[in-house]
Amino acid sequence: MLGLNKKDTGLFLFVLALIVFAPFILNPFPESSDLARFNAGYPDLMQRFVIFGIFAIGFNILFGLTGYLSFGHAAFLGVGSYAGVWMMKLLTVNIVPALIAAIVVAGIFSLVIGYICLRRSGIYFSILTLAFAQMSFALAYSVLTPITAGETGLQLSLADPRILEAANASGTIPAANFFGLEMRSGFDWAVGDWVFTFNFGYYLCAVFMLIAFYISIRIFRSPFGMMLRAVKSNQQRMGYTGLNSKPYMLAAFVISGMYAGLAGGLMVAVDPLAGADRMFWTASGEVVLMTILGGVGTLLGPVLGAGMIKYFENIFSRLNESDLNALFGFLPDFIQAPLVTVAQMFVGDGWLMTLGLMFMLIVIFLPGGLLEGVQRLGALVSRKKKTNEPSQPAAAPAE
Amino acid sequence: MDAIILQILNGLDKGSAYALIALGLTLIFGTLGVVNFAHGALFMLGAFCAVTLNALFTLSHQVIDPSRTDFLGNPLRVEIPYLVEWFGEATGNAIIDWSVPLSILIAIPVMAAIGLAMERGLIKHFYKRPHADQILVTFGLAIVLQQVVKYFYGANPIPMPAPDAFVGTYDFGVLLGFDPFSIMYPYWRLVYFLFSLVIIAAVFAFLRYTTFGMVVRAGMADRETVGLLGINIGRRFTIMFAIAAIVAGLAGVMYTPIVAPNYNMGMNFLVLSFVVVVVGGMGSLPGAVLAGFMLGILESFASMAAVIDIVPGINQVIIYLVAIVVLLVRPRGLMGRKGVMED
Amino acid sequence: MTLIRKPLSRRSVLRAGAAGGALLATPTIFTSRAWAQSYTNEPTGSTVTLGFNVPQSGVYADEGADQLRAYELAVEHINGEGDGGMMNTFSSKALKGNGILGKKVVYVTGDTQTKTDAARASARSMIEKDGAIMITGGSSSGPAVAVQALCQEAGVIFMAGLTHANDTTGKDRRANGFRHFFNSYMSGAALAPVLKNAYGADRNAYYLTADYNWGYTTEQAISEATEAIGWNTVNKVLTPLGAGDFSSYIAPVLQSGADTLVLVHYGGDMVNSLTNAVQFGLREAQANGKDFQIVVPLFSRLMARGAGENIKGIFGSTNWHWSLQDEGSQAFTRSFGQKYGFPPSQAAHTVYCQTLLYADACERAGTFNPCGVVEALEDFEFDGLGNGKTLYRAEDHQCFKDVLVVKGKENPTSEFDLLEIVEITPAEQVTYPHDHPQFAGGALGTCNPGA
Repeated sequence: MLGLNKKDTGLFLFVLALIVFAPFILNPFPESSDLARFNAGYPDLMQRFVIFGIFAIGFNILFGLTGYLSFGHAAFLGVGSYAGVWMMKLLTVNIVPALIAAIVVAGIFSLVIGYICLRRSGIYFSILTLAFAQMSFALAYSVLTPITAGETGLQLSLADPRILEAANASGTIPAANFFGLEMRSGFDWAVGDWVFTFNFGYYLCAVFMLIAFYISIRIFRSPFGMMLRAVKSNQQRMGYTGLNSKPYMLAAFVISGMYAGLAGGLMVAVDPLAGADRMFWTASGEVVLMTILGGVGTLLGPVLGAGMIKYFENIFSRLNESDLNALFGFLPDFIQAPLVTVAQMFVGDGWLMTLGLMFMLIVIFLPGGLLEGVQRLGALVSRKKKTNEPSQPAAAPAE
Repeated sequence: MDAIILQILNGLDKGSAYALIALGLTLIFGTLGVVNFAHGALFMLGAFCAVTLNALFTLSHQVIDPSRTDFLGNPLRVEIPYLVEWFGEATGNAIIDWSVPLSILIAIPVMAAIGLAMERGLIKHFYKRPHADQILVTFGLAIVLQQVVKYFYGANPIPMPAPDAFVGTYDFGVLLGFDPFSIMYPYWRLVYFLFSLVIIAAVFAFLRYTTFGMVVRAGMADRETVGLLGINIGRRFTIMFAIAAIVAGLAGVMYTPIVAPNYNMGMNFLVLSFVVVVVGGMGSLPGAVLAGFMLGILESFASMAAVIDIVPGINQVIIYLVAIVVLLVRPRGLMGRKGVMED
Repeated sequence: MTLIRKPLSRRSVLRAGAAGGALLATPTIFTSRAWAQSYTNEPTGSTVTLGFNVPQSGVYADEGADQLRAYELAVEHINGEGDGGMMNTFSSKALKGNGILGKKVVYVTGDTQTKTDAARASARSMIEKDGAIMITGGSSSGPAVAVQALCQEAGVIFMAGLTHANDTTGKDRRANGFRHFFNSYMSGAALAPVLKNAYGADRNAYYLTADYNWGYTTEQAISEATEAIGWNTVNKVLTPLGAGDFSSYIAPVLQSGADTLVLVHYGGDMVNSLTNAVQFGLREAQANGKDFQIVVPLFSRLMARGAGENIKGIFGSTNWHWSLQDEGSQAFTRSFGQKYGFPPSQAAHTVYCQTLLYADACERAGTFNPCGVVEALEDFEFDGLGNGKTLYRAEDHQCFKDVLVVKGKENPTSEFDLLEIVEITPAEQVTYPHDHPQFAGGALGTCNPGA
């Protein structure tokens, strides 16, 4: 289907199903149960899952295929966001020009930075990308305040020209939309004690993610992808065969920069504000972590990694003492009190602790990332079925 | 002229911290081949050794002073440190006053223990793993260490005064023949600079003039051959990790009177010190020290008002700009070897 | 089957409704507009959910923690538990101690991480997931402005926490957003006369300014106010956020011909730059035949603690301090102190007031509808919340009240007793026209009830 082989088609359909049914999958707990706190099926987080999924898929095209570890990818996301908001301020709150501008500007920006950084390899490449991204952040936060609004973030205002739109005298800023369909529109569906939220913004982002995912499969399976893999295994030998790998690398860098730009554009499409923070080095580090956590060089891994990190960031950081008391309420007091005290180290302001421990555990025990864990589980199940078959080798550790 | 000399002093001072952290990072990388993203956290832990010792020294019991009241109108409880009670006002307060330098004595064994535990418990398993995995696991560790410190000490900076003897400024200008009061420099910052020179010299001397150090250097150059000679190089590398942890810790201890420590201080230094290491050249100890001082001085120059007026924002980006230029002109940094971390 | 143990979310209604008909196999479909809601997250159950969005990680985490304590206290008092705190001294008596409009107040918390993105994400999840009807909190202006805009779009009320930049109620003001805290302009207007008295009209000031929005507006406010009393500005130097070591910015100050250093820094930067300035001997120095002086426009007691001894004798401004002797302040300090064992910070005070003001406005409006609340708060005059007579101005949704000028205390009696109040600047002196140039370029728009 669509020029994919059978296995890839299966994978693609799997992702398609995940995305379509996300409102159900992410809201597994009934509303009245204490576990409803762990439901993630609300628009903001669902949008974040797919947007950061796009970001990580793009990053994986560079890092997973070529092994070049960029530590400055957040800069492209940030530039895309700024371009997007400016389009919405100047032209129209229809998100189409914003998305196009985000991709184009991020592409140009990554072309320039990639051209310079790709002259070096290994950690020297990483530090060069880091340096560019940190410079972008520092300037956006301070000197470039007239363009970026610095600390407060660039946002829409009533006084914006929006030249493609009819004059607006209502006293409210029009909402971001896609040819009239507002990004935040949608409906809730109640089934018994469950509530499932369907949001237009989410599904629009999801369509983009599907396209992004499809392109990434095609790249992985193309001669171009093979070429990039060759760079990873031995760039020198490739050079001896007379092939110049530089244009391929640059193409991969720009593609992944455009993915980041698209992610940045979608972020402002669903929530029209661009802050400099999203270019900070920790944001660049985050996408690296997502990719490694999920499984570098795998197609699905980065998406899983993105989902996991965003889940922890948004759900665990919001639990507080009274939530814990409710959760452990069924226990006798003498167990509940110490348990809540200990658990408090890991939720609320301690969510970073959970994240840090999670990184360590996964890297130590699942070198291939989450996807390896899934595969191991799968192997375990299939081994039970056919005990005679030799166990599957685990996925090659991603490098 | 005096302004420039002042900024050179500032640069040397900043550079001291960069150089010490970068030195430790390079030691770990050169010996074990591990990219340690938790090194900034070790620096922070060192600083909190000083905070902890100070807290221990000021452990006190409360005496109720009925003549004064607290904010709720209850009788005021006055805290009297045990040290003051045991050793008398003068000696007790003197010990508390000197808590930062005294912390060095505590920090050495503590940091060595942390270093050994880290290497044996965690890093050991990551020698053969990709650098990306090393980065991830040490970054995770750094986050955990930070959160633990935050849990016990809160998020706000904690003031750590230098001993009274080092409070105040030294008139450097007179020494160099300028007018008095033209170049005033705080004593403690001079102490910090000298201290870092001593540590750097000690590390280099240790590597150069002891048998242990020679074996380590041989191992850094060619681990396999040294192993074939029947030398247990792994154990020595473990000890080098502990030494790197001590260097970072001491840098942290002595830094506390300069900038009040908080749990996040390590992260602020982490990225910068990586830039320093790479500009110096991966795996080169002299390179790390040289780059540390160089970037410190350049950063200071870039923050002069006259410079900012010409190029706005230069103070924000100077380090990264220099890093880019250096790496484009010298592919492996200032003193890096070929083939290290290039793939 | 309807054990409603989690008294949260607009969905609790739905839950109750759905539970009744749950046995029906046909699912019910609600579109967001068919909610029979007249505004976003209209509370229809027995509870009402507020969202407390404060920094729990990052440099302002301690402020955030103190704010959460104050929120908890405010919720207790509104629900009729505890000693009632400032509800007893508040001039409006609409609150009866039975929640808001008879509904029990519950709350959700989130971490802004002091980042615009994280703050928005957290606020959005409160609105979308938990059904919060009002968002409040924050310890810096970036997230405050960002979340305020979000609340305007979503149609809920935003009661700003600690945000001092002019922009929050200036360039970036929004109809659904309200600020109780004072701002940069007020700091300047309150400080200038005190500085003139203390240091004379003939001073040469050197500014070290944090290189971001708040820094710019505060630097502008202070320099304009001090130039008006005759001071001369020697130089303004921008410093990067989180510079850590400020030595290279501090060192040249003495040679610049300045005799006063204004540190437009907040938080960790303030602690570090002030510590560095003292290290470099600025406090003992002489310049132009005068003692060298340092001024810190925005003080915070939590931060003063980080600066230790260095803070002594230094002038600054603050929104509130627990040592104030009026009834309201004392009631709040007592209530907070008895619960937590230490006095509240200004960050805690402002969010406590905001919560009370919101609850009171709902009571007076008789509805949670944001437009009703906006109407009730606009031009609302009140007293008894610790800052004397206060006005919530309709044009920009900024509170006008007395501003405290404080000084680092020479002989603190406890670790909390770090600031002494030098002057309580009356509200008239810090009031400005809503279209003052420092606040120009914004428009409130109209209130948005969402849904």
